[in-house]
Amino acid sequence: MIDPLSIFLLLLSASTPILFAALGELITERAGVLNLGVEGMMIVGALAGFAAAHATGNPFIGFAVAALAGAAVSMSFAMLTQFLLANQVASGLALTLFGLGLAALFGKPLEGIKAPAMSPGPLNINWIVWLGVAMVPVIWWFLNRSRAGLILRGVGENHDAAYALGYPVRLVRITAIGFGGAMAGVGGAFLSIAIVLQWTEGMTAGAGWIALAIVVFSNWTAFGVLAGAWLFGGVTVLQLRLQAAGVSVPVQFLSMAPYLATILVLVLISAKQKYSRRAGRAAPGSLGKNFHALR
Amino acid sequence: MMRLVPRDEISAGWQIATPLLAVLATMIAGGILFTVMGYDPVAAIRTIFWDPLFGSAASYSRPQLLVKAAPLILIASGLAMGFRAGIWNIGAEGQYIIGGITGAAVALVAYPAEGMWIFPAMVLAGALGGWAWGMVPAMLRNWFGASEILVSLMLVYVAQKVAAWMAFGPMKNPEGFGFPGSRNLQQYPAASNPELIAGTGAHWGVVAAAAAVLVTWFLISRHIRGFHIRAAGLAPRAARFAGVRPETLVAFCLGLSGACAGMAGLFEVSGPAGQITDSFGSGYGFTAIIVAFLGRLHPVGILLAGLLLALTYIGGELAQLTLQLPAATVQVFQGMLLFFLLGFDLLTRFRLQRGIAA
Repeated sequence: MIDPLSIFLLLLSASTPILFAALGELITERAGVLNLGVEGMMIVGALAGFAAAHATGNPFIGFAVAALAGAAVSMSFAMLTQFLLANQVASGLALTLFGLGLAALFGKPLEGIKAPAMSPGPLNINWIVWLGVAMVPVIWWFLNRSRAGLILRGVGENHDAAYALGYPVRLVRITAIGFGGAMAGVGGAFLSIAIVLQWTEGMTAGAGWIALAIVVFSNWTAFGVLAGAWLFGGVTVLQLRLQAAGVSVPVQFLSMAPYLATILVLVLISAKQKYSRRAGRAAPGSLGKNFHALR
Repeated sequence: MMRLVPRDEISAGWQIATPLLAVLATMIAGGILFTVMGYDPVAAIRTIFWDPLFGSAASYSRPQLLVKAAPLILIASGLAMGFRAGIWNIGAEGQYIIGGITGAAVALVAYPAEGMWIFPAMVLAGALGGWAWGMVPAMLRNWFGASEILVSLMLVYVAQKVAAWMAFGPMKNPEGFGFPGSRNLQQYPAASNPELIAGTGAHWGVVAAAAAVLVTWFLISRHIRGFHIRAAGLAPRAARFAGVRPETLVAFCLGLSGACAGMAGLFEVSGPAGQITDSFGSGYGFTAIIVAFLGRLHPVGILLAGLLLALTYIGGELAQLTLQLPAATVQVFQGMLLFFLLGFDLLTRFRLQRGIAA
């Protein structure tokens, strides 16, 4: 029962939705945009991906459609915050509320249907899992070694300076929001296509918010996001294992574990960022602030 | 080309006009959505916004307006205080659930005693439960700098699990034939929250909501704490120099909004809901966020916005019955409303001017 490899593979799977969503949000936040709509984009991706996979019988098409759908709904947030200069916190919340409603509305006919089978990849694990892990060094490289990544970080650290240097602040941010949406969409679709294997209303159950917390945990770094996602995956697997083993604790307490763990981790990391002078990188300088060129 | 010129002052006219514009735009966008889904858009909009008030079943649905609006107004009044100061309590839903549980706990412990003290004690316990649940993110922010947005939200999911545990475990009705859920408080006179004036739907929660509107109006416009809240929201650094302590504000705002949400939960469990079940959370905590924004974070605005969103709930139920519209339609409507409001808000802060963008 306790085979370390199989446990690790379970952990990999369990962490994948959060990993995708958090990597996407990492890019968005490094561009200076706080998008609290991750949960909404994930659920839309979960529905659109599941519907497309069901219609075509091909899960990979499902993931592609989920990415497009996530990016598409993220554009409503981009419109609000980048053109209409709306408050980012409120706009992100609006996106989540809207996404949850929209997915519930259009998902009704799909309830109770099983997802098409996926052909497994290496180690009998879904290809998307490996794609997620592979994205980590790619995003690290993009942020720290590429010219485009430098511009993105510049826009996130100080949008006025980036604008003065002639960089298209708004375009960079819209692209980053769209990328974040696409990644959240794939993460959501992984839930419906590869983990739960069906569509149920509200199935993201806070995964998007946990992804947001993991970006804070990561100190805004790609490998930090991976560590956070694995930590969360570990707690999830452990909790499911204990449930299966019939531990004498009420099942509701075990299912609280991921949320409590998220709070605990958030507190520890925030405390470190607050009290240690040499905590390294903190949040991007312009995070959550809107940019208006005519000021 | 149009360009945006910042206004020197927030436009008072647009402050009032933009919520109305947002409602109108939501109706139009909703109509388009209904058409796409194959429904008659005019009938759908009329069923949601008109029939609950003036339709043939209005005598039944009109009292429901106060029943649904009361928790929204009560919760939103509390939330708006924090939002004004830039303190984001997004977890009112969790505070609502916990308030319902702690309030119901008093009744379940007292059962089957009778006494005038039981209901007030429940209200107090509900407020305290919500307050305590709201103080968790407040303290974690003050002590460790943890984001109150994420912590209060995580606590919503924890509260949902607590409600499920209560419904299946400690609070399960011993005479419930094994079904999950607590005793029904409506059948326990000392603990029930009945209609006060027959045919209006008004119960104690409505009284509390009205009081919340008055109290928050007084706080915001007449009290030094309200001045501090407004100052902290408009110019945090200046407020700090003026002696406003951010830690105190965080604790005050999260505690107050938690207490309001907790009371709303208690009035619901002792009235319309009747019992603690695993699905006790009804989404009021999230909808109240929309109410707060749509009401411009102003007590009177919140009163009107709460009534409007209550209307969408009742109209949505009506549309479900008569037009077979899916239940989630209301949620989409509420989301769209917030979208449009945030978009139109631009007009309160900027002037559109003909000219070339710089």
